[in-house]
Amino acid sequence: MIKKIIIIGLLAGVGVIFFQLFQAYQVPTILSNKLAVYYAQNAAREVGAANLVSAIVVTYRGFDTLGEVTILFLTAAIISFVLKLKKEDRVPDRPIRETSELLTSSSQVIVPVIFLVGIYIFINGHLTPGGGFQGGAVIASGVLLMLLANPHMEVSHKLVAFIESLSGIGFVVVGVLGLILAGGFLDNRFLPLGTFGTLISAGALPLIYIFIGLKVGAELSNILGTISTHQNEKNS
Amino acid sequence: MAYIIIITGFLLVLIGLWGILSQKNLFKIILGFTIFDTGINVVMVSVGYVQGKTAPILDVISQKDALKSIVDPIPQALVLTSIVIGLGVSALMLVYAIKLFQDKKSLDVNNFKDLKW
Repeated sequence: MIKKIIIIGLLAGVGVIFFQLFQAYQVPTILSNKLAVYYAQNAAREVGAANLVSAIVVTYRGFDTLGEVTILFLTAAIISFVLKLKKEDRVPDRPIRETSELLTSSSQVIVPVIFLVGIYIFINGHLTPGGGFQGGAVIASGVLLMLLANPHMEVSHKLVAFIESLSGIGFVVVGVLGLILAGGFLDNRFLPLGTFGTLISAGALPLIYIFIGLKVGAELSNILGTISTHQNEKNS
Repeated sequence: MAYIIIITGFLLVLIGLWGILSQKNLFKIILGFTIFDTGINVVMVSVGYVQGKTAPILDVISQKDALKSIVDPIPQALVLTSIVIGLGVSALMLVYAIKLFQDKKSLDVNNFKDLKW
């Protein structure tokens, strides 16, 4: 009872703080943030990307994104470490209920389409909403569907590790190329900026987004695969 | 419209906080954390809203007076980062919950008293 009262009191306190924040908030009618004004005026010319959010995420704050990808990689590594299987604990033929015919057949049709949509999203990341992280997540959802349709499937660690390390190295190499050939680390202008709004434009930005998309897709698939194989452990 | 979205965000934060504090099941506590996360992301995006403006995606025409047609792109870029970090954190929490469940065969927080004194 006391616990409930404390929780309600705490929530009411946080609610009052939020209410005061809300009261002080006014919807602005002009873009007044100086940095945002700079991006709005110059990002399209400097970066050549139609999607300003992509321009900020990949070039202006590209170093941030490198850290973000590293955090995802660390998460995948920690999950593999925590859920590590010993050889003798493996029970690959644990009886699992048959997956329904509907799921197995439809997944064969849908999974390639999902992969294609994911690749489309990260290749067009500099033009349309979306980008590397979103495309990678879509690809991983395709892997999840495959795992649901066939619970005995194992995500190949060799393939995942290969794609992941290749795209990670690619990301850093593109960044260093920007440092050598253009203005600074992750500067996308060492490739020609091209025509604004076309697929091959914005210099190295689509290249970086492709690497990010592959890396995120591989990492999330790795997490899903680890959790799925872990279910075959004894006593679980 | 912007006010409705910001209120929704704050309410989601409160619901998540309530879930974290009052639930006993580890899985529900983790769900509370993700709802909390979502609420904060919604608030952050809505703070970048500018009355009557559209998404910060330009075309050849709007490129010239981008300043007059777009909302603030910086909160959106930050929220992209925040979503990815939130995903990593919830994945880790879920995996630890799996491990704890294997140890104690229970997901009730009241059964985990190893560090209680």
